[in-house]
Amino acid sequence: MQDTIDTQASFAVSDTGFYGRFGGAFIPEMLYPNVEELRQNYLSIIADPSFQAEFWQLLEDYVGRPTPLFLAKRLSAKKGATIYLKREDLCHTGAHKVNNTIGQILVAQRLGKKRIVAETGAGQHGVATATVCALMGLECIVYMGAIDMERQKPNVDRMRMLGATVVPAKSGSQTLKDATNEAMRHWINNPVDTHYIIGSVVGPHPYPDMVARFQSVISQEVRQQLLAKTGRENPDYMVACVGGGSNAAGAFFHFLHEPSVRLVAAEAAGMGVSSGHSAATTALGKPGVLHGSRTILMQTDDGQVTEPYSISAGLDYPGIGPLHAHLFDSGRGDFYAITDDEALAAGFELSKLEGIIPALETAHALAALDKMSLKADDVVVVCLSGRGDKDLSTYSKHL
Amino acid sequence: MDTLTTNRISALFEQRSERLLNVYFTAGFPHLDDTRTVLRGLQDAGVDLVEIGMPYSDPVADGETIQQSNGVALDNGMSIKTLFAQLAGCREEITVPILLMGYINPVLQYGVENFCRMCRQVGVDGVILPDLPLDLFLAEYAPVFREYGILNVHLITPQTTDERIRFIDQESDGFIYMVSSASITGSVKGISDGMRTYFERIEAMNLRNPRLIGFGISDQETFNTASQYANGAIVGSAFIRHLQDHGTSAESIRSFVQTIRP
Ligand SMILES: Cc1ncc(COP(=O)(O)O)c(C=O)c1O
Repeated sequence: MQDTIDTQASFAVSDTGFYGRFGGAFIPEMLYPNVEELRQNYLSIIADPSFQAEFWQLLEDYVGRPTPLFLAKRLSAKKGATIYLKREDLCHTGAHKVNNTIGQILVAQRLGKKRIVAETGAGQHGVATATVCALMGLECIVYMGAIDMERQKPNVDRMRMLGATVVPAKSGSQTLKDATNEAMRHWINNPVDTHYIIGSVVGPHPYPDMVARFQSVISQEVRQQLLAKTGRENPDYMVACVGGGSNAAGAFFHFLHEPSVRLVAAEAAGMGVSSGHSAATTALGKPGVLHGSRTILMQTDDGQVTEPYSISAGLDYPGIGPLHAHLFDSGRGDFYAITDDEALAAGFELSKLEGIIPALETAHALAALDKMSLKADDVVVVCLSGRGDKDLSTYSKHL
Repeated sequence: MDTLTTNRISALFEQRSERLLNVYFTAGFPHLDDTRTVLRGLQDAGVDLVEIGMPYSDPVADGETIQQSNGVALDNGMSIKTLFAQLAGCREEITVPILLMGYINPVLQYGVENFCRMCRQVGVDGVILPDLPLDLFLAEYAPVFREYGILNVHLITPQTTDERIRFIDQESDGFIYMVSSASITGSVKGISDGMRTYFERIEAMNLRNPRLIGFGISDQETFNTASQYANGAIVGSAFIRHLQDHGTSAESIRSFVQTIRP
């Protein structure tokens, strides 16, 4: 955020919130005042010196930034390239999600909001939101799919311990998409005093841009750290998993306009792209409108949103953020579909090779390494978006 | 042909401007083939406009009742294609203005121009697409709607600024849909003093378009109150619940309409 981005270039958001043909704010009039209030104010709030001071202070003292950039030697030897891990798993609460919630809670305070609503899939964003609400003394309501509440029970308990109210989303597939619907409905019903902290680079403009800015600290640090370690700022590949795409957006942000850096996105193929149980959005989706933005989403020929499936709750989403739709559409990004089994294997591999248990979401990014044709002199950075504690019960079934 | 003057919605408001009753129901609910039955039932019961919901998997502006009816209709196999097939020829017997209400994504997949052409062909007069905001509508789709004479009805809420209401009024035809309170459908009970203040504020703006009030209209009392401040009102969730409990017979529909506007 301290670096300036070339807003002339084609991967920056337009004034009306578009990345190429994707983005915008497709919202009912009931949400217009809230979203418009945010749109008019977010850039000036973020640019304000008092905001900047508080944001960076909290990232340093509370989140524990900068997170290390770790040269994974044994993994590098096995994959035949130089591989660095950007350790977002070491952030307070265990994933990159908190970078965004710190930023948004400070925005919410400056907009005079009293209450926070959020959606969550794996529970990581819910925990990160409940955490900053506790820190700032704001009321917190988190919607979570009833099915996700079962498969991510420890995170439900964490949110409750942090004082949040966790509400099961019982509509539809009872996962992340439905939790997002419920959070939006809650926001429609409470337009004045509530701020909606979206957990990824999805939703109506300005959310995708705002969340990407808060997560951009990831690539900002990678550049500085890589320069110090290798004498070059730019890796050959930047690899990240994409659910909605916030850790990827943050990892890509400062490389978007550096054509020498290949941007690699790992999506969840579930049981296989053609199995009917998948969340590989770019492989299976078509352009359409979901949760307020025009993007690529999984849908029937009639335009009904399809139920995605992934072993990883954080990737179990039928869309991707509009920035990623544009990266895919324009060929700027390479998108790989990673199955449950490939992700599990990559999770076990990293644990044994480097002593780091990654989140199942992150394991998809690691599995993408095997799909890329790496050369011995390639420098690769993988965004290690989160730690695997929350996934132990799933991993342990495959031990 | 000047389509705006022949549009049934515009014509209705030219003839009558008081206590108009618009009733919403979901296409293909409770059963796939109920669409025409319910439409006819509503016309026979004397409603002035009918709003047919095109079911969607993720209706974010709707509460539980309409969400569920959408889910049932989709399970029944309802789609825009099927709806147009069901409505084909309906103008031989149906004279009330028809609006289609739904979300933008299924319309985009059907194709906006195809959609407008089919609306025109089967006799649909207007649409309500809550997640297609006015600005994006004007930027991309307004010319197609105009070409086929399909009105696009826009919403205002208690939080909509006067300036934006003027803009919406300027760009609207047919009527303005006044959402009674900041809420999703089916979640409002009764009409509060705060709502009256909002109704009065809008009334005093002397908009060029007529207004119908929706959300929270479920009985005679709420219908009467809304009609004091606007040209009429829209009933949705209450009718869906009635269809669920009492079925789609002409008798059942007539008795429901009687409870709203005897
Ligand atoms: C560790 C981790 N990585 C990635 C994701 C996916 O989100 P995004 O694509 O927004 O980074 C999640 C979501 O819960 C997560 O917990």
